[in-house]
Amino acid sequence: MLTEKILFYLFATILIFAASMVVTVRHSVRAALFLVLAFFTSAGLWLMLQAEFLAIVLVLVYVGAVMVLFLFVVMSVDLDQGRLREGFGRHMPLGLVITGVVIAEMVAILNIKELALTAPEEAAYVGSNVEAIGRLMFVEYIYPVEIASVILLVGIIAAISMTLRGRRQSRYIAVNEQLAATKQDRLRVVDLREPGQTGSPAQPPIPDNGADSPSTGAES
Amino acid sequence: MVTLSDFLVLGAILFTVSALGIFINRKNVIILLMCVELMLLAVNTNFLAFSYFVGNLHGQLFVFFVLTVAAAESAIGLAIIVLLMRNRGSINVQDINELHG
Repeated sequence: MLTEKILFYLFATILIFAASMVVTVRHSVRAALFLVLAFFTSAGLWLMLQAEFLAIVLVLVYVGAVMVLFLFVVMSVDLDQGRLREGFGRHMPLGLVITGVVIAEMVAILNIKELALTAPEEAAYVGSNVEAIGRLMFVEYIYPVEIASVILLVGIIAAISMTLRGRRQSRYIAVNEQLAATKQDRLRVVDLREPGQTGSPAQPPIPDNGADSPSTGAES
Repeated sequence: MVTLSDFLVLGAILFTVSALGIFINRKNVIILLMCVELMLLAVNTNFLAFSYFVGNLHGQLFVFFVLTVAAAESAIGLAIIVLLMRNRGSINVQDINELHG
């Protein structure tokens, strides 16, 4: 029990330290690295709460995917750190006062004896945590799981379609323009004969049937 | 013994620190996104604490869904940041005023 208390306060101290470094540190890359530390520490706290599956998911998905994406974006955009830090100290005293008041209020509310529950003797489930969560997820919560998968799909499509830069000079077929084109738009009948020379007798008579005539040029 | 109150106070402090981060980092969109992630982490810790101390597994499922939505949200947010950087050359919040809101 004493070990548990020591571990809790150790993790809590590291977590709050990492969170305050995230909000105050100068460079965005360092903020992202402190956020990784905060996620790792709270994964430890979640293990103390016997949420093994979610602790592993937090490390794998958040530290492994989301934070790598954050670092990727932070390092690929060229940040002007000086301009982004303008007015940083100006709101600091007021912010600290408001933060102190809010924390004092919340501690006063949350330290009542009705909320001072201790750990239950028997676990809420039999067997492993993953098995219990899987049963709950795929039996009782199957429709929310489907909706969550659709939300992830929408996220993929939105992120790709926003950042995809298509080739501007690529050749493609505009089907609507092709279908809307008429014969009058594309064909022009040109009379190549001289003005006075209306039908020369030396030449064979030209069959006057429009497009097949050799004397009429078709220009597109 | 570690009680439920300790975890709730920890979540409250974490939430308030990240709200302070949103308050003092008004220019940098990336830091604002990170503060939103920290807020979600604090709320998830509250869910898991109640789930453990009350003995109800449904809180863990809710944390699972919050993680899913937060991952999609951060992916779209980072895509918006890349677009802002490409179109305007800046991610300063005060430069983002096309909508004139």
